[in-house]
Amino acid sequence: MGTTENGIIAGRLTPADYARNFADLHPPLDDHEALVAADRCYFCYDAPCMTACPTSIDIPLFIRQISTGNPIGSANTIFDQNILGGMCARVCPTETLCEQACVRNTAEHRPVEIGRLQRYATDIAMRDNRQFYERAEATGKSIAVVGAGPAGLACAHRLAVKGHDVVLYDAREKAGGLNEYGIATYKSTDDFAQKEVDYVLSIGGIDCRTGQMLGRDFSISDLLEKHDAVFLGLGLSGVNALRAEGETLDGVDDAVDFIAALRQSETKADIPVGRRVVVIGGGMTAIDAAVQAKLLGAEDVTICYRRGKEHMNASEFEQDLAASKGVVIRHWLQPKRILARDGKVAGIELDYTTLQDGRLVTTGETGAIVADQILKAIGQTFEADGLGIIALEGGRISVDEEGRTSMDGVWAGGDCIVGGEDLTVSAVANGRDAAESIHRTLMAAAQPITAVA
Amino acid sequence: MADLRNNFVGIKSPNPFWLASAPPTDKAYNVERAFKAGWGGVVWKTLGEEGPPVVNVNGPRYGAIWGADRRLLGLNNIELITDRDLYTNLREMKQVKMNWPDRALIASIMVPCEEESWKAILPLVEETGADGIELNFGCPHGMSERGMGAAVGQVPEYIEMVVRWCKQYTRMPVITKLTPNITDIRKPARAAKSGGTDAVSLINTINSITSVNLDTFSPEPSIDGKGSHGGYCGPAVKPIALNMVAEIARDPETYGLPISGIGGITTWRDAAEFLVLGAGNVQVCTAAMTYGFKIVQEMITGLSNWMDTKGHRSLDDICGRAIPNVSDWQYLNLNYIAKARIDQDACIKCGRCHIACEDTSHQAITQYVDGVRHFEVMEDECVGCNLCVNVCPVENCITMVGLEPGTLDERTGKIVDPNYANWTTHPNNPMARQAAE
Repeated sequence: MGTTENGIIAGRLTPADYARNFADLHPPLDDHEALVAADRCYFCYDAPCMTACPTSIDIPLFIRQISTGNPIGSANTIFDQNILGGMCARVCPTETLCEQACVRNTAEHRPVEIGRLQRYATDIAMRDNRQFYERAEATGKSIAVVGAGPAGLACAHRLAVKGHDVVLYDAREKAGGLNEYGIATYKSTDDFAQKEVDYVLSIGGIDCRTGQMLGRDFSISDLLEKHDAVFLGLGLSGVNALRAEGETLDGVDDAVDFIAALRQSETKADIPVGRRVVVIGGGMTAIDAAVQAKLLGAEDVTICYRRGKEHMNASEFEQDLAASKGVVIRHWLQPKRILARDGKVAGIELDYTTLQDGRLVTTGETGAIVADQILKAIGQTFEADGLGIIALEGGRISVDEEGRTSMDGVWAGGDCIVGGEDLTVSAVANGRDAAESIHRTLMAAAQPITAVA
Repeated sequence: MADLRNNFVGIKSPNPFWLASAPPTDKAYNVERAFKAGWGGVVWKTLGEEGPPVVNVNGPRYGAIWGADRRLLGLNNIELITDRDLYTNLREMKQVKMNWPDRALIASIMVPCEEESWKAILPLVEETGADGIELNFGCPHGMSERGMGAAVGQVPEYIEMVVRWCKQYTRMPVITKLTPNITDIRKPARAAKSGGTDAVSLINTINSITSVNLDTFSPEPSIDGKGSHGGYCGPAVKPIALNMVAEIARDPETYGLPISGIGGITTWRDAAEFLVLGAGNVQVCTAAMTYGFKIVQEMITGLSNWMDTKGHRSLDDICGRAIPNVSDWQYLNLNYIAKARIDQDACIKCGRCHIACEDTSHQAITQYVDGVRHFEVMEDECVGCNLCVNVCPVENCITMVGLEPGTLDERTGKIVDPNYANWTTHPNNPMARQAAE
């Protein structure tokens, strides 16, 4: 328990508390634990876990490799499908993907710990800096990859393996995208995101240029002039507005900024947090922000979501995690007005809501929660300049099944495309598959024309 | 409450669970602890000749293989017979027998294959008050290189000769312990019977190399970079032991010869299986070495509860009950037809039955039905081999169901014949054809 001083202040806790609170959420498995966990895998045929994985990692095979004392082979199996398998092992909502599909759930209501096993194998390979891929003979082709998040990194790596040269652009100071800026600290400790970026880039042939922003420093047509193809893994840089009175008050912050600041902080002691925090939203970002606010020493943290528990995007596991840290989740509450005192946030007034004929409406009843900090986590939006005539649909980039946009020579993937799933692992799959499509396209065009006699 | 009291060739013990001759029975300290824990008897670790005792290696003596969660499945050892002075052992045996008059105490003996050696040691053992002797003709390593142990057990004539000497020079019951490192276990058993043995005990350990260190290329256990074959025991050897016990139990020449069953007995259920296959009692070692002496409590209560449930009042009610059901292959009923059935409510959809059948057997289990992952036996392909039952991780999910006589076997298109018919009369059997002609 930290200080109960009012207002948004840093240093509520002792250094030891910060270190403990922001340690690994799931500590890595040791060798023995990994063997025990791996022994539980049935090596299913046409395994449901594998089908549930957006990157189709051969899970039974990699677990069997762990169980036979072959973690390096196991990591190879994982990276073949997902070069960011290390981060996915940490951040994937496995409880709704592979581990939900695990047949052990039917057998005994407890899946094989696939995520932790994946981390075990990838940690060993990355610790030993084992490289599994060599670049194919140079093709002489150059591809621009915009956005060094999961989609861009996966795309760049696969292209480099195929022998293409890649220039990887990113607007921020560091590569990694949401892996670096958007994930709760306790899921990615020890600067893992940057270690993973280094591991991915060590394939060679990828020129990573950070601080380069599409629309500010270059346009799509600039890229198409210099490169043979372009991949856009732009992510979602915009944030939805609350559309409630008082939104601009001091003390109303974007959850994504709060999360990013935490990730960039060495000690977390410099990150200010309110004594009483209200988080608006119902997704993973809301949970990540609320839990970390609590871990920073906030006395009360309440998540307010305008619909019911069953509508929340945050998984059951994440909701339980929040509850276990002392976060209160309240449903059917929608912000009406931010209450102010002396120009600062003093609380929030909320409308009670309900569903009427499938439509969300306010009931007329209101309530208020005392708060000195409001964190907005009501969704991110796609925002980009310099896209030219690339077709959008519902505010995101429209692509075909191979990731091709409406513009020749331009592919896209990750959160910025229509149907983007806001999942690291799906972004990796998009980037990887787009790279294969780009490769096929460029190589088909490069085939020498053979005369037919 | 079932009566577990055991009378094995006149040796009485409160239950049929004895500790086999091995490290757990090497000295009074261990044996006292075993009796306190409830063991019905012990076979004291093998005594050797008077004089300087044998020596053991000073490096590792055991190798092992493991199953899931490092559960010990098989153990191998290169330990020799007792490395303590003969008289120390005899003194302790006498004291222990005095302290525990209701428990069985058997002396295991291995001395050179010379009449004088046996003649010399038998009176010394008899003087301890031991209830009987067990002749160690089984130890497969070390001692066999010196012409003892398995070197005797592999030559039926030697077995008969030594047993005869023992019967001549002692009034104690003689149990002859057999080695499994032979091709036909009935031969040494018959020889022991001819020599006048009161019983046989089996199996001793099996020649084995449990593993090889792939860094040093040394077999395990490794003694300064070298390994020697050792004696294999533990749960992994139980099926081999069960068969050998059954072979002796149903051999007309040895039928009725008392058998002390040994080999991988870990639970009451294992023990019961040995008993119904003809063992008069059982001996245990590896399970105790893995879990300690307390396991006997599970064995006693488990056997007792099973017997109560089934209405068996004493060991006599169960011993040998399965022997009539052990048959040569040629007499198995070829008109018995079974098919696998998958309980769809119990199925967890792992697909292992499908892939085992598809890749390695008879392509008789579906993967999809109407586009949905669904595992079901195709009766027109199923030969009833039981592989799917064995690979299924869920107990009782797949069962073998015998077809009723008069119903159709979809695989052959024939009606199930109610009459017993075996290979000896089958038209495809050349011998049967000859007889008919």
